[in-house]
Amino acid sequence: MSQPKRKELETGANLPFIYREYSPGQLKDALRKMHLIRQFEEGAEESYMRGLIHGTMHLSIGQEASAMGICLPLTNDDQITSTHRGHGHCIAKGADVGKMFAEFFGKTTGYCRGRGGSMHIADVTTGNLGANGIVGGGIPIAVGAALTSKQLKTGKVVVSFFGDGANNEGAFHEALNMASIWKLPVIFVCENNGYGMSTSVERATAVPNIADRAAAYSMPGVIVDGNNLSEVAEAMHAAVERARRGDGPTLIESKTYRWRGHSKSDRNRYRTKDEIEEWMSRDPIPRLEKEMLDFGVVSQADLDAIRDSVKAEIAAGIEFAKESPAPEIKNLERYVYTEAA
Amino acid sequence: MDTTVRELSYAQAIQEAMAIAMEQDERVILMGEDIGVYGGAFQVTGDLVERFGADRVMDTPISELGGAGVAVGAAVTGLRPIFEFQFSDFATLAMEQIVNQAAKMRYMLGGAVSVPVVMRFPAGSGTGAAAQHSQSLEAWFGHVPGLKVIQPATPHDAKGMLLAAVADPDPVMIFEHKLLYKMKGPVPEGYYTVPIGKADIRREGRDLTIVATAIMVHKALEAAAQLKKEGIDAEVIDLRTIRPMDKDTVIASVKKTSRLLCVYEGVKTLGVGAEVSAMIAESDAFDYLDAPIVRLGGAETPIPYNPDLEKATVPQVPDIVAAARALATGNR
Repeated sequence: MSQPKRKELETGANLPFIYREYSPGQLKDALRKMHLIRQFEEGAEESYMRGLIHGTMHLSIGQEASAMGICLPLTNDDQITSTHRGHGHCIAKGADVGKMFAEFFGKTTGYCRGRGGSMHIADVTTGNLGANGIVGGGIPIAVGAALTSKQLKTGKVVVSFFGDGANNEGAFHEALNMASIWKLPVIFVCENNGYGMSTSVERATAVPNIADRAAAYSMPGVIVDGNNLSEVAEAMHAAVERARRGDGPTLIESKTYRWRGHSKSDRNRYRTKDEIEEWMSRDPIPRLEKEMLDFGVVSQADLDAIRDSVKAEIAAGIEFAKESPAPEIKNLERYVYTEAA
Repeated sequence: MDTTVRELSYAQAIQEAMAIAMEQDERVILMGEDIGVYGGAFQVTGDLVERFGADRVMDTPISELGGAGVAVGAAVTGLRPIFEFQFSDFATLAMEQIVNQAAKMRYMLGGAVSVPVVMRFPAGSGTGAAAQHSQSLEAWFGHVPGLKVIQPATPHDAKGMLLAAVADPDPVMIFEHKLLYKMKGPVPEGYYTVPIGKADIRREGRDLTIVATAIMVHKALEAAAQLKKEGIDAEVIDLRTIRPMDKDTVIASVKKTSRLLCVYEGVKTLGVGAEVSAMIAESDAFDYLDAPIVRLGGAETPIPYNPDLEKATVPQVPDIVAAARALATGNR
C-alpha cells in the first residue's frame, strides 16, 4: 500500500472500473464471495470424495471472477438462470452456502429440499431461478423472465448464464433472436471455458469468438477477460444500463477456464497439463487480492480475516448439512404439482 | 355468473375463454405463431389482437423450442401465458422445454416455484394434412409427471376447461381436435370452469362401457345411438383429462356394465386406451369383467394423405359399432 496509489484511489484517475464504481466495502464483499465460491466447491469436492455427496457435480474453480463480475451490478430483485456449472452463480447472487451444502447432501433443509442436488441448485429468494441440467435449457427461460419484467414493468434485469457448448444449441439462437426483436431486458453471458465437455470451442464453433454471434441478432457482443473481475463487471454494468433503458439485450463472452474436469468422470485426455497450469497461473482470486492491496482497498490483515471467516462459514455450512434431516420417503411425490392452498 | 346459453363453435368457445381470462387478469398473455392479425392457423385467436393489442397477443417467430421456453420463463416469474402451437406435431420441436423444464421445475426446486403455463395443441387427423400435421401425441405428454393433459370434446368443456387451466398453478396441455373447431354446442356466457381430472358420463348404459377421448366421444355417441336400435345399451364416458385420470368414474362404470371398450385416435400401442385398460385390470373392477377389454386406437402407421387411407387409420363409427356389438354379445 503505497501512498501514491491511495492518492490515485481518491482522485479516481486511471483506476480500473470497479475501484471507481464500488466502495471498498462492496469490493471486499465481492472478494469474499469469490473465496466463498472457491472454498464451497473445494468443500463439495472433498465431501464427494468422502462419499457424503452422491451423483456428480460440475466445478467452476478458476471461473470465480466471471460469476462475481456479472452479479456485482445486479440487485437482489434481478434474476438469473444458471447452468450445470452453477455453484458460483448461486453464491455470487447471494445464496447461503449452508442451504447449498444441505441440498448437495440431499437434505430437506437444502434449497430444493433434496430434490434437485448440484445440477438444479436454485435460490429464488435471491433471484436465482435455477441451474439446469440441459445445455441451453435456461436461455429461453431467462428471456421469458425478461418478458415478465417488461410486461409487468418491474424494472428487473435478467441474466442468462451458459457455457460455450450452449452456443451451438438451437435454443440459444431462438432465444437471442426473440430477446432482440422484443427488446427485452436480458443479458446473455457466455462463460467460454474453452471446452464443451471434451470438445474445444475451435472444433465445435464456426466463429472464432462466440460474441461474434451477437451480430446476427443485432445486439452488442462484448468479449471480456473472465478472470478479471473489473473487466467483467464493467462490461456487465454497460449491459445492465442498456437493458434498464429498454434498449434490449447484450451478449457478453467471458473467456475463462475451468481447472477441474467437466464432471467427476473426466480423465482430462483432451487438454494438456501445461495448458491447465498456464491458466492456473492466472488465478482470478490472488490477482484481485494483489490489485486491492496495491490500490489500498484492503490490508493484508483484511485479506487474512476474509479467508478465515470464509473458512469458518464453509465448515459451519457442511456441519449444518450433515446434521439436517433427510427427506421422508412418504413425501416422494410432493412438489410434482402445486398443493391446494 | 351470467347463465345465458348460446350456441358457439368449439373455436369460438376457446376464444371467448381466452378473452375472459385476459379481461380478468392482465398477467394473461397469448403467444404463438401467426395468432395476431392472421388470427391463428385455425382462427382460434381471431380478432383478439384488436381487443387486447399486440403486446398481449404476441406473434412469435417460428421458434417452437424458444417460444415454449419463453412461455415457461414468463410463467415462472409472474405471467400467465397461453401458448399456441400451430399444430400439435410441432411440439416435437419443443419437447425439451415442456418435458425437462415446465414439467419438472417445481419438483427440481423443491416446491419453490410453480409453472402456470397453458399450452394449446391443435391435434388429430381428418384434414388431409398428412403425416406431420395430423398426429395425436397426447399420450406422450400424459407420460410426464408434472404436466396436466386435457382433451375437451365439446364447446362447453373447451371454454370451461381452458378457464380451469388458466387458473391452475401447474402446466396444462390442452389437446384440441381440429375437426371439433367448427362443431357447435351450447356454451354459457361469462366465467365458469370445468374441473381438470373429472371424466363425464355422456350417455348412461347397462351393457358395456365405452371410454373415449376428444372426437372419439362423438363417434362413440353416434355408435351408441345405432347400437340402441339393436338393443345394446352402451355407456359412453368422455375421459376429458388424461393426466390426472379420473379412475373412479371409469371403475364405477365398468363394475356396472362388466365390459370395457376404449376408443382413442392416438396410435393404439402404448396409447391412452392402454393406460385405461391397465388401470381397470389392476383395479377391483377386474373381477366384474365378463369379457376381455377391447381397444380401438390409431393404426400403427403415420397418417397418410389419401382420404380413404386417412379414414382407415383411425377408428370410425362402424368400427366402434362392430367392436361394441361383438363385445356385448360375446361374438368376439
